[in-house]
Amino acid sequence: MVKKMDIFWAFVIGGAICVLGQLLIDLTKLTPARVLVFFVVAGCVLGGLGVYERLVDFAGAGATVPLPGFGNLLARGVKEAVDERGLIGVLTGGFTAMAGGVTIAVVFGYFSALVSSPGMKE
Amino acid sequence: MTKHLGDASVKFINPPSIISAAAVVGPKEGEGPLAPLFDKISEDILFEKDTWEQAESELMRQTVELCIQKSGLAAKDVNYIFAGDLLNQNSGSVYGARSFERPFFGLFGACSAMGMAMSLGAMLIDGGFANYIVANASSHFCGAEKTFRFPLELGTQRAPTASWTVTGDGAVMLSSNGRGPYVTSATTGAIVDLGQKDVNNMGAAMVPAAADVIAKHFRDLSLPHDYYDVIATGDLGMYGLQLLKQLLAQDGFTATDRLNDCGLLIYDTEKQDVHAGGSGCGCSAAVFAAHYMKQLRDGTIKKILFVPTGALHSVVTIQQGESIPGIAHAVAVES
Amino acid sequence: MTAKNYEKLVKEASPKSAVVLNSAKAFLVGGAICAVAQVLYSRIEAMGFSREDTGIMVAGILIVTAILLTALRIYDKIAKFAGAGTIVPITGFANSIAAPAIEHKNEGLVLGVGAKMFAIAGPVIVYGTVTSVIVGLIYYFVR
Repeated sequence: MVKKMDIFWAFVIGGAICVLGQLLIDLTKLTPARVLVFFVVAGCVLGGLGVYERLVDFAGAGATVPLPGFGNLLARGVKEAVDERGLIGVLTGGFTAMAGGVTIAVVFGYFSALVSSPGMKE
Repeated sequence: MTKHLGDASVKFINPPSIISAAAVVGPKEGEGPLAPLFDKISEDILFEKDTWEQAESELMRQTVELCIQKSGLAAKDVNYIFAGDLLNQNSGSVYGARSFERPFFGLFGACSAMGMAMSLGAMLIDGGFANYIVANASSHFCGAEKTFRFPLELGTQRAPTASWTVTGDGAVMLSSNGRGPYVTSATTGAIVDLGQKDVNNMGAAMVPAAADVIAKHFRDLSLPHDYYDVIATGDLGMYGLQLLKQLLAQDGFTATDRLNDCGLLIYDTEKQDVHAGGSGCGCSAAVFAAHYMKQLRDGTIKKILFVPTGALHSVVTIQQGESIPGIAHAVAVES
Repeated sequence: MTAKNYEKLVKEASPKSAVVLNSAKAFLVGGAICAVAQVLYSRIEAMGFSREDTGIMVAGILIVTAILLTALRIYDKIAKFAGAGTIVPITGFANSIAAPAIEHKNEGLVLGVGAKMFAIAGPVIVYGTVTSVIVGLIYYFVR
């Protein structure tokens, strides 16, 4: 069942996180690469503190799809792994959590390079 | 009799003549206001090659070939080729000039390359060391993006002060005899760095160097400020040109109305969405070879001070927190 | 002219980015991507998949779409309009992997595609991994 309010809040919170990114790019000297790193680290720290999960409960994809959600995914993964395996989980949790997304991006990124070539900007 | 004047200038006793000029550009420049003046406009951004690097070399090769052709000479008559570009290790010029098998000097002066090439070429000819010299500079938008910025397919937004690297090449043939226009004097720029670090505002980084070399030129040669019909900088862009006028005016320079910038001429800055204007070695080179050479020949202008400007940073030095050193070379051409 | 005086002149002469307009565009496009993801999420979860699997599937659909649009040379054109709206969502991460891989294919499949693929996304993975280990260590001792 797709709830209209879920979509609304995903739109608003997801959009708001992007606005924060835009402000960081336009108003500070941070390059997009630094902004992305900042977002992942921030998401992971907030995830570690358990704060980000509350935003996820509220905004759903609006919180998980922007890059802080990626950081939160790592934090959630590492915590679950620590619960299951103790110290070994510290090493495996983060990477395991991102395995699916990164593997898809690498595989499709690889094949995109085989079939496509760069073109002129407009 | 010494030919060196003042702090950093030379005045030629037997001024070399520019006997031919050629300019080849890419598709976007072919939609700009100077389109009718270019010798050739490639519809293909790859110049029918496979990579950006090969494309720029082909662009360079075609332009130099055309320049030699238009001079009525053969490649073997050329004593030296002076050429510069923006790719690492001057790849555009090196691979472009490879097939000519002529004595070659590769120059790096970032976008001031055409000023370097013309100054050095003119000095060699006036010194009696050569009769025919090709001065050339090239740039390619995609090659420059790959070298200095991001992959082309990466989603990015450009800052309003950013410029657009010209896909283009300009070449001139300097000769010990000819009917003009003549390269009459030149002032070699020093590296000037006022601590600018924003790679999205390179006009601002280069302005102090341009102001410095222009002021030196007039001082060294004791010329009145309105001596030249046009003082054309290379690629300061619209905000840079404004800054240059401000800086020179503060310095007591009275002819700021003669200043213009090649980066503002090659595109329609209203319609072509290039932000601050055009840039790159090929910007000033192609605009000089096509637009100003025509004006010199048809008498629209008689004297020009051509001042290609360059930002001498590298990706590595910027990542290490260094500022952007600027340079500009002034070359006087009179008909 | 000192560097400080000149910096002041440059600031006066240089236009600022259109912050409000850029932010509005980033909000609309970034929000829209998240809204679409929310619809996908609800639909897939309703089929009976676990929360984790649904998450991977939604991320997978977004990533594949973004890479497809990158390969078709469309993603950068949307991003020119959307700015951070297409950089911050997971689609931007996917674009940052595909774009350098495509750009550097001419330098070969190993040192071009293979090595350059992470030129932009690499730092995200490095800092994400390091932070996750620190978070995990602290969690291990305080839980």
